[in-house]
Amino acid sequence: MIDWIIVLQAGVATGTVLLFATVGEILAERSGVMNLGVEGMMLIGAMTAYKTAVLIGQPWLGVLFAMLAAGALSLLHALVTISFQADQVVSGLATNFMGIGLSLVLGEGLSKAGTVALLPSYTVPILSSIPIIGPIFFTNHSVMVYVGYLLTPAVWFYINRTRPGLHLRAVGEYPAAADALGINVYRLRYQYVFVGGVLAGLAGATISLAVSPGWFSELTTSGQGWIAIGLVIFAQWDPWRALAGAYMFGAVRRLILDLQGPQTLLGLANPFYYMPKLGFFLQMLPYALVILILFIGSREAMRKRIGAPAALGTPYVRGERG
Amino acid sequence: MAMTETTATGLRVPFTLRVEPRLEVPRWLGAVTSAGALILAFVIGGGIIALAGGDPIRSYQHIFKAAFGSVGVLNDTLVKATPLILVGLACALAFRMRLWNIGAEGQFFLGAWGASAVVLIPLLPKTAPRPLMLLVMALAGFACGALWAWLPGYLRARLNVNEVVTTLMMNYIAVSWVLYWVFGAWSEGGFQMSPVFPKNAWLPRLTDYAGAVEAFAGLTLHLGFLFGLIAAVLVWFILQRSRWGYEIRLIGDNPRAAHYAGVNMVRNTVLVMMLSGGLAGLAGMSEIAGVVHRLQGAISPGYGFTGIIVAWLAKLNPFAVVLVSVLFGGLILAGREIQPSGVPRMLQGVILFCVIASDVLLRYRVRIVRRGAE
Repeated sequence: MIDWIIVLQAGVATGTVLLFATVGEILAERSGVMNLGVEGMMLIGAMTAYKTAVLIGQPWLGVLFAMLAAGALSLLHALVTISFQADQVVSGLATNFMGIGLSLVLGEGLSKAGTVALLPSYTVPILSSIPIIGPIFFTNHSVMVYVGYLLTPAVWFYINRTRPGLHLRAVGEYPAAADALGINVYRLRYQYVFVGGVLAGLAGATISLAVSPGWFSELTTSGQGWIAIGLVIFAQWDPWRALAGAYMFGAVRRLILDLQGPQTLLGLANPFYYMPKLGFFLQMLPYALVILILFIGSREAMRKRIGAPAALGTPYVRGERG
Repeated sequence: MAMTETTATGLRVPFTLRVEPRLEVPRWLGAVTSAGALILAFVIGGGIIALAGGDPIRSYQHIFKAAFGSVGVLNDTLVKATPLILVGLACALAFRMRLWNIGAEGQFFLGAWGASAVVLIPLLPKTAPRPLMLLVMALAGFACGALWAWLPGYLRARLNVNEVVTTLMMNYIAVSWVLYWVFGAWSEGGFQMSPVFPKNAWLPRLTDYAGAVEAFAGLTLHLGFLFGLIAAVLVWFILQRSRWGYEIRLIGDNPRAAHYAGVNMVRNTVLVMMLSGGLAGLAGMSEIAGVVHRLQGAISPGYGFTGIIVAWLAKLNPFAVVLVSVLFGGLILAGREIQPSGVPRMLQGVILFCVIASDVLLRYRVRIVRRGAE
C-alpha cells in the first residue's frame, strides 16, 4: 500500500528545492526581469555546494558558496539584459547553457567522491506530535525545509507590506513612473536578479547536500529549474501559491517512485509493477502536469484579468516611451 | 531622439565615453560583431579551461584538428552539422516571429520516432522501394515533429500560455515516449535499442557510390545534408520573398502593428510553430535514417539546444545557419574527445552570451568625446 503520510512528507522535502527556486524567480520577475537560467543556476549551486563539502568538509560553507556562485552567474544575465538590453529569453537560455557547461567542467569526477558531511535534519518537539501535520511537516526534515517555512511568509510580507517591496513592484509594473519617483530602476533590477540567482543556488545546494545527496551531473536537477519557471506562472507571482505548488510537485515526484513498488493498487493488480516500461508514462507526469497547470492558470488569469508584472521581459531605457 | 549618456567611469581623464543610439546600422556590422563575439568567446572559454587545469591552446588545436584537419574528419563534421542545420532553421524561423520554440530537441525525438514507426510498426512492407520508403519516412518525421509542436503553438495562440515552458516540458515528455518504445515494443532482445533498419530505409551516403567515384570511399555524408541545404533556401524564400514571410517578420518586429494590419495572429502562431517543429522532426528523421539506422535513447547530444545558439549566432539568417552549423558540428565532433566533457557545452554558453552582448553594438555606438568639446 502507498503510505500517503510518507509521500507528503517526501513532497515537502523535495518540494523545498522547487520552493527556493520559484520564490527566487518570483522576486526577479516582480522586478521585470525573467531569468530562464534557473536550471543552470541550480546546477551550479548543486555542484559548488557538493564540491565544497567534499574539499573542505563544511556543508554550510558549501551552501554559502553555492549561493554566491549561482548569484554570480545571474549577474551575467543581469548585465546582458539590464545594461545591454538584450532579449531576456535568449540571455536566460545562455545563462542556462553556461551554468550546465560550467558545472559539468568543474564537477568532473565529483560523482565518485564518496560520502560527505550533509546538512543536519531535525524533528521539532511538540509540533511533531500533532497528528498528520506533525509527521508531514515537522518530523526528521532537513534544516532547509524549515528555512523554507520561514522564507515564504517573509518574502510575502516583504513584497506586499514593506516600502522596498512596493518599490520592487513599481519597478516591475511601471518602471518609468518608478524612475520619476527617484527609484533607481537599474540598480533594483540588478539586486533582484542577483537574489533570484542566490535562491536558485540555495535550491541547488538543498538537492546535493540534503534532499538527494550527491552529484549526478545534469540528472542532479533533472529539469526542476524549468518546473520552477512553470510554477512561477502557476503561482501568479505569489509566494504562498508557490509554496503550495512546490510541495504538490514534490509529492508527485515521490508518488511516481512509490507507484511502481506495490504489487496491488486499490485492490487491483498494479500495472506499473507488472509492466515496468509503463513507468516511462509516470516519468512524463510532472512535465505534463506543468503544461496542465499553465493551461488552467492562463484561463484563470484571462478570466480574472490578472497577469505577469506589466514590464516583464522589456528592458528599461530611460527616456524611451514604454 | 534624446541622447542617452550612460557613462559609468569615475576616472578623471580628458576624454569621456559617450554611448548613443545608432540611427543606421551598416550592413557589415552584424557579421563583424558576430565574428568578434566568437573570438572573444574562445578567449574566455580558454581562460575557463586553464582555470579548470587544462591547456587551452592545446585544447583548441585539438578541436581544430579533430574537426577540420582532414577530408575524413571534415566529412564527420558535416555529418554532425546536418541535424544542426535543420534544427537551426527550425529555431531561426520561429525566433523571427519572436516565437520561442525551445522544444526542437523533443520535436527531433518525435521526428526520429515517426520515421522509425514507418519501418518498425511497420507502416510500409520491408520490401518497399527505397525512394518510397525514404519519402514516407521523411513525411512521417516532419509530421510527428509538427504535431508535437502543435500543442504549445495552439496554447500560445489561443490562451497566451508561455511557449518557452510548454515546449521545454514537451522535450522531457518526448524522451520518455521514445524510451517507452525503445525499451518495450521495439526493443531488440531486451536491449534499449530497436533492430537495425533494412537497407532500403537508409539515406544514400557518399560511400555508397564509391564504385563510381573512388574518392567517396568511407565518406558517410548522407542525403540529409542536402535536405538541410534545400530547407535553408526554402526558409529564406518563405521569410524574405513570400507574403506569409512578410507577415511573420511584421509580427516579430511589431506585433501590435501586425494585429491592426489584420494579420491573423492565431493562425500564424500555430503554423509557424508547426513548420518549425516539422523541420526539427525532419532533422530527427535524417539522423535516424542517415547515421544511426535504428531507434535508441541516445540519438542526440543536445542538437535541439545547440540549434538555438546556431540560429542566434547566424542572426536568424538561413544561409548563415548553414555556415554556423558546420562550425558547431566541428565543435560537437571534437568535443566528444576532449576532457573535461562539459567543455563544448560551456563554450556554447559562452558563445551565446558574447553574441547577445555584442548585439548592443548594433544598437548603440561608443564615441570618444573630448571633455568640454560639446
